[in-house]
Amino acid sequence: MSDIRLLSRRDFLRRTGQGTGGLVLALSFAGCSRPAEEPAAASEELAEFTPNVYVNLKSDGVLEIHCHRSEMGQGIRTCLPQVIADEMDAAWDRIVLVQAPGGQQYGDQNTDGSTSIRQQFDLLRNAGASAREMLLLAAAERWQVERSEVTAAEHTVYHEASGRSAGFGELVEDAARQELPAEPTFKSPDNYRYIGESMDLIDGFDMTTGQANYGIDTVLPDMLYASIERPPVFGGTIRSLDDSEARAVAGVVDVVRMPDPTSPPVFNPLGGVAVLATNTWAAQQGRKALKIDWDAGPNAVYDSESYKQAMIETSHTAGSPIFNRGDVDAALDGADRVVEADYYAPHLSQAPMEPPAATARINEDGSCDVWSCTQNPQAVQQTVAGLLGIEQTDVHAHVTLLGGGFGRKSKADFPAEAAWLARETGRSVKVTWTREDDIQQGYLHAVSAQHLQASMDGDGAVTGWLHRTVFPSIGSTFNAETTGPGGFELDLGFVDNPFDIGNMRLETGDAKAHVRIGWLRSVCNIYHAFAVSSFADELAHAAGVDPKDYLLSLIGPPRLIDPTADGASYNNYGQSLEQHPIDTARLSAVVEKAADMASWGRALPEGRGLGIAAHRSFLAYVAAVAEVSVDDAGKLKVEDMWLVIDAGRVINPDRVVAQMEGAGIFGMSLAMHGEITAKGGSIEQNNFDGYPLVRINEAPNSINVHIMDVDAPPGGVGEPGVPPIAPAITNAYFAATGNRVRELPMRKAGLV
Amino acid sequence: MAIQLTINDSVHEFDVEPDMPLLWAIRDIAGLTGTKFGCGKALCGACTVHVDGQPVRSCSYPVSAAAGRRITTIEGLSENGDHPLQQAWRELNVPQCGYCQSGQIMSAAALLERNPNPSRADIDTAMSGNLCRCGTYTRIRAAIERAAEVKS
Ligand code: FES
Ligand code: FES
Repeated sequence: MSDIRLLSRRDFLRRTGQGTGGLVLALSFAGCSRPAEEPAAASEELAEFTPNVYVNLKSDGVLEIHCHRSEMGQGIRTCLPQVIADEMDAAWDRIVLVQAPGGQQYGDQNTDGSTSIRQQFDLLRNAGASAREMLLLAAAERWQVERSEVTAAEHTVYHEASGRSAGFGELVEDAARQELPAEPTFKSPDNYRYIGESMDLIDGFDMTTGQANYGIDTVLPDMLYASIERPPVFGGTIRSLDDSEARAVAGVVDVVRMPDPTSPPVFNPLGGVAVLATNTWAAQQGRKALKIDWDAGPNAVYDSESYKQAMIETSHTAGSPIFNRGDVDAALDGADRVVEADYYAPHLSQAPMEPPAATARINEDGSCDVWSCTQNPQAVQQTVAGLLGIEQTDVHAHVTLLGGGFGRKSKADFPAEAAWLARETGRSVKVTWTREDDIQQGYLHAVSAQHLQASMDGDGAVTGWLHRTVFPSIGSTFNAETTGPGGFELDLGFVDNPFDIGNMRLETGDAKAHVRIGWLRSVCNIYHAFAVSSFADELAHAAGVDPKDYLLSLIGPPRLIDPTADGASYNNYGQSLEQHPIDTARLSAVVEKAADMASWGRALPEGRGLGIAAHRSFLAYVAAVAEVSVDDAGKLKVEDMWLVIDAGRVINPDRVVAQMEGAGIFGMSLAMHGEITAKGGSIEQNNFDGYPLVRINEAPNSINVHIMDVDAPPGGVGEPGVPPIAPAITNAYFAATGNRVRELPMRKAGLV
Repeated sequence: MAIQLTINDSVHEFDVEPDMPLLWAIRDIAGLTGTKFGCGKALCGACTVHVDGQPVRSCSYPVSAAAGRRITTIEGLSENGDHPLQQAWRELNVPQCGYCQSGQIMSAAALLERNPNPSRADIDTAMSGNLCRCGTYTRIRAAIERAAEVKS
C-alpha cells in the first residue's frame, strides 16, 4: 500500500501552495498511482481509525478514502467519495483519495458493466455509515451520554444538550475500539449533502495541468521501454526470427521472445517478440528492424467479406429458439402483411485514447509489482500470477488513471506482458502498445448479423415478431470450443425485448470467432438495439404511423416484463427483477420526455429529419432523439441530440450528463465511421485514418441531456447511453431521405 | 547526437537520435509526461505542444527541428495551472478520462493566441485535429468560449 500513498509531503505543499482553491488541491493530494520512492507522508504515524478497507480516518482529521474501482472517465473517483463521505457526515475538504491496488479485501473491483454504483451503492453507504456510527458511539462513551443524544455533521460530533463537540480526528482512537455495527442506519435521502450533487472532479486540477498519471506515465528507476511485435494473425507463432538488425538500433538493449499464445486466449500475452530499449522510440525503431517469419495458423482463413455472407445466411436459417411466446409461425402465415429486414454491424475497436500500457518490476522475494491502466486489478493479479507461477497475493497490482477503457482495459494481457518481460530481463519494464497494436491486436467487439420478421394486421399492429441474432461470442475468449452466442450476451438487448407482441420467437445462430472477442462499452446492446429500434421504425413507416407513437404502442401498457416467462434464461445484469424490474412505464416515460424536449412532430425543412430510439440496458432506461441534415450529395450531419436517462437515483448529476454526452459521441462514431475488418486473418485498419472517430467538427451543435427524477435504486450510467444513438441517427436519416440504413457504419455506403 | 532543447524555459541537453520525435524526448528523456501519446501519426493531437508559440504534433516532429526553439508543454502553459483555459476547463468539468485534455488545451491556447474571439466554426476548425474518445467536444467548445470571454 505504501507504494501508492504516492505524492510526497513536499509535492503536496507545493500544490497546496498554488492556491487556486484549497478544496480541489487538497483532494489532488493522493493523485493516482505514481510509484514513489520517497518516504510516506508524516501523517502515517498518526493514530488511525479503519473500520473497513475504504475508510481510514487519521487523528489529524484527514480522511483517506480508498477507491477500489478504476477511473476511466466515468467519474468514479469523484462519485465514490461522495457516497462514503455523505453517509459518514465527513467534510469534503478533509478527504484524501487513495487509489486502492488489487486485493480480495475490496470485493469485486472489475470496473465493467457500469456496476460501480449500481452494485455497490449499499456497500459504499455501509462503509460511510458504519464509520459514522462508531464515531458517534465513541463520543457518547467519552461524554457518558446516550448514543441517541449525539449527532454528527461536517466532520464533527455534537452533544447538543451540553454544547460539547469533538472533531472526527479527536475521536479516532475511541472509535477504533467500538464494535462494528451489524446494520448501520443509512441517511434519509432528504439529508444528503453530496449524493445527488454535482461535485467538481477530484482529478480536475491534475487533468488540466499535465500532472495526472496514466498507465503510460509510470516511470521506475532504470527501467526499459518495450515494444512488442505480435503475430499479425491471432494465434500465429514464430517460425524463425532474425533480430540482428534490431539489436543494432541505437538504444536497443535486448530482444526477448514472448511466450506462445494460448488457446483459449483468455488474458494471456499474444506471443511475438519484444524489443527493449532505453526509450520508447528506440524500442519502436528496433521493432521495425525485426525479421520474423510467421506461421499464421488456422485463423488465416478469416476474411470479413465471406464471413459476413456466411453470417447472413445463418441468420436466414432457422436457429436455436431461446424465447418463445405464442405461435409466431401461425402469425406470420396468416398475416395481412409481413415485413422483414437484415441488419449488420461490424467489429469495433474500443480505441481508448491512451493505448494499453503497463510497467512491472520483479522484487527480490519473487513478488511482482505492476502498474497499469487496468479496469480490473484482480484480473491482473490472477493473470500475472498464472503466467509467472507465483501466488496472486504476491502480485501487487497498482492502478493508475485510465486514459479511457471502454472494455479494452478489463483484459489483463498488457500487464502480463510487462510482468513477463520484467522477469525475463531482470529489469523494470514498461510496455506501451502503439495505436496500430491497439486497433489490430485487441479484443474486438463482435461483428453481428440479424434477421427480423414481423407480421402485421390490417390496422398496422404487429401480431408476430421473429428475431435471429448471429455473432461470435465473447465466450470464445475463455473457451476455445465456443461456437455461438452465450446467454450472458443474449441478456443484452435481445431476450429483454420490451414490446407488447403476442407472438414472439427469438433465435440464435452460430459463428466461430477468429479473433479475440471482448467487451466494448454496452457490448451486444449496440447491435441488438440497432436492429430492434431500426425495425420498430421500419414497422411504423410500413403502418403509416408516427414513429414515436408507434414505438410507444409497441412498448404497450405499463407492465413488468420477465423474459423467463417465455423460456429464456435471464440474469438482469446480476440483479433481481424485484429490485430492478423491466418496467415498460419507465421506458415509455423516457421516450415521451425525449420527444417532448426535441419538439417531436414539428415541421422540418427539406433534407432534415428526426429519429427516435429507446433502450433499457444496465438497469437504466435511455431514449435518444437525433436531428440530422442531409446535403445534396446524401451526406449526413447530426445537428442536435436530445438524450433522456432514467438511472434511478444518481450520485453526481453532472457526471451523468457527461456520460450521456460522451455516449452520444461514442454512438455517433460507431454509427458513422467505425469498422474493423480482417483479410487473410489480419486486421486491415491500423490507426485513426483507417478507423476514424468523430471529431469536434462533426459533433452536434448541442447534446441536451435530461435525467429523470425517479425514486429507484441506482442503475448503470457509463454504458446505457450508447445503444439508442445509432438507431436514432439512422432513423433520422430515413426521415430526412427515405433511405433505410441497415448496415453500419454509414461511411461504408458513402453516407457521411 | 547532442541536442539542446528549451522546454518550458529550462534548457535541456539531450543525447538522442536526431530523428527521434520530440514527443519521446519530452516524455522519456525530459520526464515530462503531461504530453501524451495517442497515435504517433499526427492523427489525434494528444501530443500537441507549442514550438515558438505554434501548435505542433510532437509525435511527428523530429527533435532536431526543435533545437534552438522555444518549446512549451502543458506543464509550462501557466505558472499555477491558472491559464484562463485551464480554469474554464475546471469550471465546466470538461475532462472525462482526461487523457486527451493536455493536447486539447494546448491546441486551444494556440487558437486564442492568434484569434482571441473565435467563432464556433473557428473553434471547430482549430480543434479538429484533437480527438477525444470520451466525447467531451461540446464542453470543449463551451470552455474555449468562456476562456475567450474572460480574456477579453
Ligand atoms: S500522438 Fe501525435 S497526433 Fe496522435
Ligand atoms: S477526456 Fe478521455 S479522451 Fe478526451
